[in-house]
Amino acid sequence: MDQFEVKVFIRLRPSVLDPAGEAIKSASSKLGVEGIKSLRIGKMIEVKIESNEEDIKEKIDLLCDRLFANTIIEDYEYSINKL
Amino acid sequence: MASFTVGIVVFPGSNCDRDVAWALEACLDIKTKFLWHESSDLNDVDSIVLPGGFSYGDYLRCGAIARFSPLINALHDFVKSGRRVLGICNGFQILTESGFLPGALVANKNLNFICDDVDLNVITSKGGWFKKLDEKQKIKLPIAHGEGRYHCDQDTLKSLIDNDLIALKYITNPNGSTSDIAGITNKKGNVLGLMPHPERACDESIGGIDGLYTLKSLITQ
Repeated sequence: MDQFEVKVFIRLRPSVLDPAGEAIKSASSKLGVEGIKSLRIGKMIEVKIESNEEDIKEKIDLLCDRLFANTIIEDYEYSINKL
Repeated sequence: MASFTVGIVVFPGSNCDRDVAWALEACLDIKTKFLWHESSDLNDVDSIVLPGGFSYGDYLRCGAIARFSPLINALHDFVKSGRRVLGICNGFQILTESGFLPGALVANKNLNFICDDVDLNVITSKGGWFKKLDEKQKIKLPIAHGEGRYHCDQDTLKSLIDNDLIALKYITNPNGSTSDIAGITNKKGNVLGLMPHPERACDESIGGIDGLYTLKSLITQ
């Protein structure tokens, strides 16, 4: 068994309106930062997991597809680092 | 129908469970039973309500964690048997997250938590959840949600329309829901999910009785 550190990034699909992102975009311009064309909010989940190397991708895919993301409204991607 | 019992599911964070019990017991004389979410024995209830609230604190996404409870696992066979399931607000979110109903509920377009009475058009008579009238029926029900914007892709919307699964539409869309959708049913019609709260419209003294029929329809065989 090996130790892995996994970072999962979850984003609303481009077709789904992100009103919180729009609100932060508006606040950014109030801070005086101009030129922001798009701002969207996502989530990042960090997982430390013990697993066989051959199983790790399958486990993370299961977690992402069934729990971390709702693939009706969200896309995900992840990076896996062996510790 | 004294022998008929409606199960009301209680998750950690449910907060409309007692409202539903009050509306069923006091307004309609229908027997209820609270079902803790860890229970998977649904044999002694005839229909089930997933009430509103904030199950598991809405962590991750509304309804995302509730779907892993033993009760929701048992609900698949319950629904297959044809018995009726009503998901109100957070209950609707749980039904979509669990795959009983298509689509998803996301943050309201204007980011406000909206607490208001809304006018609704009844679109389908599927499942008999609403009164059948010759003319297009309008009802008024309260809403109270921050994440009630129904979202689905175009293929899903077409399927909802083609199969007559849209139960309720907002007359004035408060939250940006796709196609003004406020509630949908499954194809069989025995599962209804809706964002408005029928249990809060069961007594004239608190503003209306347009929710009575939907709750009463829980005892339809």
